[in-house]
Amino acid sequence: MSAQPSSATPPSTLERVRTERRRRRVRRTVTVLVLVVLIAAGFYASLAIGHRVYSAGEIWRVVRGQQVPGASFTVGTLRLPRAVLAVLVGCCFGLGGVTFQTMLRNPLASPDIIGISAGASAAAVVAIVLLGLSGPAVSVIAILAGLAVALAIYLLSYRKGVAGTRLILVGIGVAAMLDSVTSYVLSRAAQWDLQEAMRWLTGSLNGAAWGDVRPVLVALLVGGPLLLAASRDLTVSQLGDDSAAALGVRVQRLRLVVVIAAVGLVAFATAATGPIAFVAFLAGPIAARIVGPGASLLVPSALVGALLVVVSDLVGQWAIGTRFPVGVVTGVLGAPYLIYLVVRTQRSGGSL
Amino acid sequence: MTTDHTLAASGLSAGYGDRSVIEGLDLELVPARITAIIGANACGKSTLLRVLSRLLAPTSGQVLLDGTRIHRLPAKQVARTLGLLPQSPIAPEGITVAELVSRGRHPHQGLVARWSAADDEAVAEALDATGTAALAERPVDELSGGQRQRVWIAMALAQRTDLLLLDEPTTFLDVNHQVEVLDLLTDLNARRGTTIVMVLHDLNLAARYADHLVLMEHGRIHGAGAPGEVFTAEAVRTVFGLENRVIRDPVSGSPMMLPIGRHHGVAED
Repeated sequence: MSAQPSSATPPSTLERVRTERRRRRVRRTVTVLVLVVLIAAGFYASLAIGHRVYSAGEIWRVVRGQQVPGASFTVGTLRLPRAVLAVLVGCCFGLGGVTFQTMLRNPLASPDIIGISAGASAAAVVAIVLLGLSGPAVSVIAILAGLAVALAIYLLSYRKGVAGTRLILVGIGVAAMLDSVTSYVLSRAAQWDLQEAMRWLTGSLNGAAWGDVRPVLVALLVGGPLLLAASRDLTVSQLGDDSAAALGVRVQRLRLVVVIAAVGLVAFATAATGPIAFVAFLAGPIAARIVGPGASLLVPSALVGALLVVVSDLVGQWAIGTRFPVGVVTGVLGAPYLIYLVVRTQRSGGSL
Repeated sequence: MTTDHTLAASGLSAGYGDRSVIEGLDLELVPARITAIIGANACGKSTLLRVLSRLLAPTSGQVLLDGTRIHRLPAKQVARTLGLLPQSPIAPEGITVAELVSRGRHPHQGLVARWSAADDEAVAEALDATGTAALAERPVDELSGGQRQRVWIAMALAQRTDLLLLDEPTTFLDVNHQVEVLDLLTDLNARRGTTIVMVLHDLNLAARYADHLVLMEHGRIHGAGAPGEVFTAEAVRTVFGLENRVIRDPVSGSPMMLPIGRHHGVAED
């Protein structure tokens, strides 16, 4: 079918197809650029704003590694790793979330709703409090627990195939159980303060250090490219398993690769900051609204996730009188959207 | 335009879990012709189509695409030769017609290869051929059933395969849209020599539009050949368990089946 002369096509349709495609590409590129600029602005604000506000010059010198009295500690040791971690976990949650939502064709099917983040969080708490572990061991246990929860939900909701709604309801139940495990273990750890407990229940960037950043960075550098390589297959798989297979997608293999990568991202991020509420859940749908339907949402969702975490942390830290962990702020944003979505899904059974 | 791709099944058995749906089936599809598969519900029509398009692995026997076992060929290579329109594909929310049709280009794109001018041409041509060009910028979920089915066929056309398999492409469509879709497939076959294999529910439309009919019964082939030869009252009685008369379709000259039922059938010739 290659020798069809192009003259058989009236130029108008071809032109319109081209224009339409260019318009989508421009919109996507502009969106990505705007998001990057906004994240950069939020990142800068995170470094500058605090009990003492530092100037751009001071921050720049700290970032370049020079010793600046006061700023070297406050910006270099406290604020910089926190801001970097905010961007990284935001990307991880955003990518992990939109991957699940796309694959299961349901915006409710994000890892923080169906219990995967809760599983990673509970496992991390058990590892730290009961087993006395720290560092990479915690991340490993968190990712294993995340995968185990994903498998458990899949098996529990399996009855002649997996229906989206059943999987989500099972997942919400599993999430509730795992949250209570987290609460229970935390309540037995008397020496822990409220801040630390909040971290494992809603997610927090408090006390972020370079040691927390490294594993998340590695996870993102491994899982991110894996997902991006699968991005087009993932987009095609939205048409249903049969259509995707007919278009040359190996659906089973795609699903396996993508679930492991997405759970890995979410679990590593959770091991570092706790399950920052609703970021995975919100990033994809927000990205879908601004990029427009049809395009791959992976990169925009990662950026929206990063922006959500950076801005929410700023708000939680400085916008209100009391300092709240980031997960409380994202929770306040996410809860109404969750309700809206449940109500709308009841009516129409929509997708992303 | 030559279409010398061949698709054949030999000793094919397939099913779901322990349940066997197709047993020891042999079939050779006629290249560059329209084949319609008919048979009662649950006789294995859709399963046959799924195995032929390697969506389902056979439990024994094999499907041969150009003489090679289809399940051993790279997925994308198969998808450049053989297209399938499943029974209920899903349109992502808000997707436009042009964007959906563009998805048909997937098997022609590599991991890094960018969208090419040939891709644009294939999409535009598919839109024109299916009469959906005017809808290009519209969201698919706003379209009528008939329009939507034409858009899905446009996606399959954009894939530019020499073989096209369709699972009940006319289900849920009003009769005018059914005829429209079948005319479109006939055009495609005539213009490009595309081999078309479709499962159809409506026997008379199948007998009229197909060059070649495959009658299935309980996972086996009851008969295959030109409608005039295999579409007989006897065959319909065996396959569907229905008393009937087959007459000559006054419009097309093809055989046409009239069901009798319990309350009629006493009229004179």
